Amino acid sequence: MIASISINVPLQAYLIVAALLFCTGVWGLINSRNAVRVLMSIELMLNAVNINLMAFSSYLDGELIRGQVFTVFVITVAAAEAAVGLAILLSLYRNRVTVDMESFNLLKW
Amino acid sequence: MNISNSTELICFIILSTIVVCGGIGVVLLENIVYSAFLLGGVFMSVAGLYLLLNASFVAAAQVLVYVGAVNVLILFAIMLVNKKEEMNEVKGLKLRKFLSGFVCIGLLILIIRVNITTAWPLPGPKSIGEESTIRIGEHLFTDYLLPFELASVLLLMAMIGAIVLARRDVYFENENISPSNNIIKQSKTPLIADKSSN
Repeated sequence: MIASISINVPLQAYLIVAALLFCTGVWGLINSRNAVRVLMSIELMLNAVNINLMAFSSYLDGELIRGQVFTVFVITVAAAEAAVGLAILLSLYRNRVTVDMESFNLLKW
Repeated sequence: MNISNSTELICFIILSTIVVCGGIGVVLLENIVYSAFLLGGVFMSVAGLYLLLNASFVAAAQVLVYVGAVNVLILFAIMLVNKKEEMNEVKGLKLRKFLSGFVCIGLLILIIRVNITTAWPLPGPKSIGEESTIRIGEHLFTDYLLPFELASVLLLMAMIGAIVLARRDVYFENENISPSNNIIKQSKTPLIADKSSN
C-alpha cells in the first residue's frame, strides 16, 4: 500500500535533514572563496527548502499537495537563478581574471 | 513493523546520510570539480527523498532540472574558469570561519528546537499517493495559473539575460575599459567590432 507508507519515518526527521542541509549551505555561502562554490551553496539551500516543502505537503497537506506545486516553482526559479548567476560569473571572470570572492569589490567606495 | 516500513526507514537513512555528508563535502572539499560531482549526488539523493514522499513527478523534475541542467551548467562554468589560482591571504578569515560556524550551529539548534517543540497537526489528511501528478496538473491550470505563466516569462527573461551577460562584449580598439584590456584583446573573435569597419 503506497499511500500509507509514510508512517514509519516521522515528519521531524525530514525537517532535521533539511535544517542540516540549509545550515551547511549558509556556512558555505559565507565562507567560500570560489564564486562557483557560492552558487553551489545557494543550490544546497534551495534544495533544503524544497525538502521542507515536500515533507509538509506529504504529511500535513496530503489532499491538495500545494507544497509540491511550490516545489516545482522553486525548481524553476532556481534554474533561472543558476543560469543568470553563472553568466554574471563568466563576465566577471572575463573582466577580473579571477573567481576569488574577496577580489570582487567593484562596488566598494 | 512490516517489510515496507523497514525498507522505507533504511532508504531514508541512507539517502539522508548521502544528502548531509554530500552537502558538507560540497562546501569543504578543496577541489571544486569533486564538489560539483558531489553536488550531483546530493541532487539525486534529494530526488530519492521525494520518491519516498510519494512525489514521483517532482522527483523526475528534480533529476531533469537539477542533475541534467543546473549541475551540467555548473560543471561548464568550472571548466571555463578553472585556473589554478593562488588565493591571497585575507586577514581574519579564520575568525570569520569560526564566527559563522557558531552562527550556523546556533541557527541549526534553533530550527531543530522549533521543529521538535511545535505540535504539528499530525496525522494530516490521507495522502493521495500516486495521483499527485494529476493533482499538480490541476493546480497548475486552475488556481496557480498566473504563477505558472509568470514562471514561463521568468524563464524567458533569464535565458535572454544569461545570453546577454555571457556573450563576449563588443569593445572598440581605442577604448580603455578595464585594466585587463589586453586579455580581452587576446581572446578576440570576429564578434568584436572594429571601429574602422563602422
